[in-house]
Amino acid sequence: MSRYHVSATVNGDDVEFLSEPEQTLLDVLRDELQLTGTKEGCASGDCGACSVMLDGRLVCSCLVMGAEVGSRSIETIEGMAEGEQLHPLQQKFLDYAALQCGYCTPGILVAAKDLLERNPDPTETEARFYLAGNLCRCTGYDKIIRAVMDTAAEMRGA
Amino acid sequence: MRYEAPDTMEAAVDLLANEDGITRVLAGGTDLLVQLRAEMVEPDLVVDVKRIEAMRTVAKESDGFRVGAAVTGAELGEHAEFKAIWPGVLEAFELIGSTQVQGRATMGGNLCNASPAADSVPAMIAASASVAIQGPDGQREIPVEDVAIAPGQTSLGKGELVTSFFFPDAPPRTGDAYLRFIPRTEMDIAVVGAGICLTLDDAGICTAARVALGAVAAQVLLVSEAADALIGTPVDDAALGKLSEAASAAAKPIDDKRGTKEFRIQVMGVIARRTAKVALTRASSN
Amino acid sequence: MSTAEDLRYQEKTHELKWVGKNVTRTDGVDKVTGRALFGADLIMPGMLFGAVLRSPHAHAKINGIDTSKAEALNGVKAVITRDDFADQPSEMIQVGELSVNIRDVIRNVMAREKAMYDGHAIAAVTATSASIARKALKLIEVDYEVLPHVIDVVDAMKPDAPLLNEKMFTDGIDPKPEKPSNIAKRLEIKLGDVEEGFAEADVIIEREYKTRPVHQGYIEPHACVASYTEDGQGEVWASTPGHFLVRAITARLCGMEVSKVKVTASEIGGGFGGKNIIYLEPLAMALSRKCGRPVKMAMHRNEVFRATGPTSGSHMRVKIGAKRNGKITAGWAELMFQAGAFPGSPVFPAAMCAYACYDLENVLVIGWDVIANRPKTTAYRAPGAQISAFAVESAMDELARELGIDPIELRLMNAAKEGTKAAYGPTFGPIGQVESLKAIKNHPNYKVPLGPNQGRGVASGFWFNIGGETSVTMNVNDDGTIALTLGNPDLSGTRTSISVMAAEELGIEPDRIRPTVGDTTSLGFNFISAGSRTTFAVGKATVGVSRLVIEELRARAAAQWDIPVDAVVWEDGCARPASSNAGDFEPLTLEDIAREAKKTGGPIAGHIETNVTGAGPSFATEAVDIEVDPETGHIKVLRFTAAQDAGKAIQPNFVEGQYQGAAVQGIGWALNEEYIYDEKGRLDNPGFLDYRMPVASDLPMIDAVIVEVPNPNHPYGVRGIGETSIVPVMAAVANALEDATDLRITELPLSPPRVLKALNEKNGG
Repeated sequence: MSRYHVSATVNGDDVEFLSEPEQTLLDVLRDELQLTGTKEGCASGDCGACSVMLDGRLVCSCLVMGAEVGSRSIETIEGMAEGEQLHPLQQKFLDYAALQCGYCTPGILVAAKDLLERNPDPTETEARFYLAGNLCRCTGYDKIIRAVMDTAAEMRGA
Repeated sequence: MRYEAPDTMEAAVDLLANEDGITRVLAGGTDLLVQLRAEMVEPDLVVDVKRIEAMRTVAKESDGFRVGAAVTGAELGEHAEFKAIWPGVLEAFELIGSTQVQGRATMGGNLCNASPAADSVPAMIAASASVAIQGPDGQREIPVEDVAIAPGQTSLGKGELVTSFFFPDAPPRTGDAYLRFIPRTEMDIAVVGAGICLTLDDAGICTAARVALGAVAAQVLLVSEAADALIGTPVDDAALGKLSEAASAAAKPIDDKRGTKEFRIQVMGVIARRTAKVALTRASSN
Repeated sequence: MSTAEDLRYQEKTHELKWVGKNVTRTDGVDKVTGRALFGADLIMPGMLFGAVLRSPHAHAKINGIDTSKAEALNGVKAVITRDDFADQPSEMIQVGELSVNIRDVIRNVMAREKAMYDGHAIAAVTATSASIARKALKLIEVDYEVLPHVIDVVDAMKPDAPLLNEKMFTDGIDPKPEKPSNIAKRLEIKLGDVEEGFAEADVIIEREYKTRPVHQGYIEPHACVASYTEDGQGEVWASTPGHFLVRAITARLCGMEVSKVKVTASEIGGGFGGKNIIYLEPLAMALSRKCGRPVKMAMHRNEVFRATGPTSGSHMRVKIGAKRNGKITAGWAELMFQAGAFPGSPVFPAAMCAYACYDLENVLVIGWDVIANRPKTTAYRAPGAQISAFAVESAMDELARELGIDPIELRLMNAAKEGTKAAYGPTFGPIGQVESLKAIKNHPNYKVPLGPNQGRGVASGFWFNIGGETSVTMNVNDDGTIALTLGNPDLSGTRTSISVMAAEELGIEPDRIRPTVGDTTSLGFNFISAGSRTTFAVGKATVGVSRLVIEELRARAAAQWDIPVDAVVWEDGCARPASSNAGDFEPLTLEDIAREAKKTGGPIAGHIETNVTGAGPSFATEAVDIEVDPETGHIKVLRFTAAQDAGKAIQPNFVEGQYQGAAVQGIGWALNEEYIYDEKGRLDNPGFLDYRMPVASDLPMIDAVIVEVPNPNHPYGVRGIGETSIVPVMAAVANALEDATDLRITELPLSPPRVLKALNEKNGG
């Protein structure tokens, strides 16, 4: 069984890795690049725990083949903070206790960041539908949505 | 399993035609990768078509819109002109899955996966869309409704590939819409779906209609009796009632984990009526 | 050592500095940056990947397993089957609020005589890659003899039902039956005489209810890494709420001494009781032992659904009698719960909690624990109580309608309060049922006018909560900061709440305390993080250990000042002379004393190992507003209010989050979640697509009201709160449905096909 040699960019860094044809981008991020922040919840695109940005699009990394990301640019949760400076969303999630077990949190943060970059002034309904692909079983979504809405307001005001 | 990412249509066709084993086309992967994971299929060759420019392009032609088969929902959603002319087709496409799925899902994949519940298909059929197919014997164009022939099966021959969708320009005062019923508000496969496109004359009378019903049979149904219920009427409550009955009557669903037969038959009528109302509003304001 | 007296609730005379005020959780940054390591995130040198072969049959004899082809596959390093595990004798062990028989545990971890459900583990392999491991599974040949199967609880109780266990003779029936059956046990909770009670009643409501199994639905699948080395030592990294339990069961099943197994708890991505028992760790350890390399195993989502415990499906009968004025004279119920393939459904706690919200003289609840060809049930957040509450609280609502009394008034009239004797035994101390009811009654949400097709429903719930074995160590670092080592995995912020209590006791900033969940070698035994015990019990022990450390700090200050210990007090984070008579000394901070520790006797520490008692029950009342689409049966949740007694909310944000999360699990259970089986007994919806949990767009904000009736047995009044808020939800939704449509549905879930069918029947369609 042969593996494909792939060169891509992850969080701004050039990376190279070998991918089995069966491996998804999620597998490759976790098992080949040791970036374990992106999580597997279902590996079928139904829970969003594996959310990453692929060439500027929010995707489930479990639905992308490892072999197909040659020359592509990938952003994961590990790239969200800038050095010691947390992204406003990350800080707000902490302030509002918008996480409990924390397992869905990376995927939700990646998705919420994408939401606010595309729509800086979402309504509650827009935020809920944008994040509908990110399952959370612990929080009931309440504090997550509050954190996203209030971060949006802050980022607009700042 | 081998993975190939050709740059041209011809190369893709060659790969698919010359492989003896099981082949699969990879566009967005939102069905294929799920099937690979579930071990429902073990392809010998996966052909990734996303590097083929023509499959990723949306272009206004003289008599309609051509949308590449590998254009994603997210990309098409950003196309203001397409959205203005075919809001029903777009809303159907955009109902497929989550934001993440939209970042990858394509109409080509949605159609060729041939699920009876595919969201984009009823709306495309209602819009009289056709597909361009390229194969070892050249190109051909067929109506969308002739592609899926059974759950999981298309009419495409070996080596053939859907390359684009064509949406012919519609007369003025045409409106299209797609609605579906799902138990949650998102993330479900359609339990029933209706794609309706109708045209009104200046007096507000319906002169043409196409009604396509999804998830209530082995394939999407193009129901002429349902269209006839609207044609020649002002699409008032009486006509909508007849539409509803015709839709329920045409539905031949199964019982499964997503809904019972009786439920689908009844709700098909409800959804068809609601869809027609949206299409009517859009047609009236066009 | 502090006595139990010292750790009772004391009303504080001064304002609390940190308890009750939200702080940032200590593990928060790791969780929002993706740095936190969960079960599948550990990478060890030389690590292999494991996978489990699972039965495709609901019920089958395993006549033989041939692993030779799998073993021969290049890259496969070991294969295990039932032959790699010694059998276990019949012996009960405690896991959370439930107990299990270790003889059943070994069979659930890997099938022995029979495959008992679709997804039952049959064999396991480990290989150099996950894909090779999966390929190897396909090469294992199993000789199955398929047997008839049974799924539903009522079917399983029938005398001619397919028999799962020829040696099962119902416990709790006198005389013991001569014929084996699928009925493991009959039990009873009894108070007074229900026959007399019903005789006095003016009105009697009698109904039957049906619920289906639902899964806890944690987003993180089970995962672990195990490493067995040639000296007989084993290490496990596991996503678990109880690493001491993982140690005990792994050691037992693998025939290893407990001291030879070291378990480190990873961060855990949700459990809700579903991870209270173990599945993969003994398999990973056995595989590692066979090949001498670490083995990582992580379940696929379909394995989580097929092979890990959901909670029971049930069939229930309820009968409640009351006088015209609303006073309930008798409460009766019969609960039939399916336990999955091995006994141990939560029917006992369901029976305990069924009428616990009410002050009654006459109660009889009969429970049946029944096995069927489904995965073995595991605890799910207030196990069993949510199921019996669906029945009792639905019946209460119908009783209220029949009597023409407001549903909250009816509950207030009959509310359990201090001094009420619960049917399951104890007499309640101060409790918050009345307060929770009033909180809902007085909430603005309860007065919002409703529109067409809209309805409002109310229900109450109860969970008893537990204490349990707890070991905590506190070390004072030489700079005066504190290392707090506890033994309970933190599912939602408990290590932070616990360190806030320590901060309050010591009088120092919470961020000068670093709480760590220690591995099993670093502490005495700790019972699992379950039963809503962690903030209560570990908090109580931590307060105890803080006071021990303060005693030591006072002694060191006394030594430095050369005065008696009695003359030293600890106030505001400093040792001070008790009065000017003791001497004119400058206060000594923790840092000051720590710096001198070597000279005054050595490192300063405290430790406590105890069985914490005095858990306070937590009551909740909830109200939900819904809107029904009469043409499709679709239910939309408009408004949800949860009022629950926390005793004292150490971290209000975390407490609200628990109420909200539990409420939403209940909403999913009420509306769409259920296990769907095909005619072959295979699970038809083992994924998040068709096992429909609520998504963000399904819900409104969840309004959480924290009621505080202090628990007299905790220094800050803390009650466990993690569970009760799920208990009332399903009945509240069913009650709202009746309010909206005059339709009473007694079967869950209230999915659109069920609701539409009922609407059609009601409208004569």
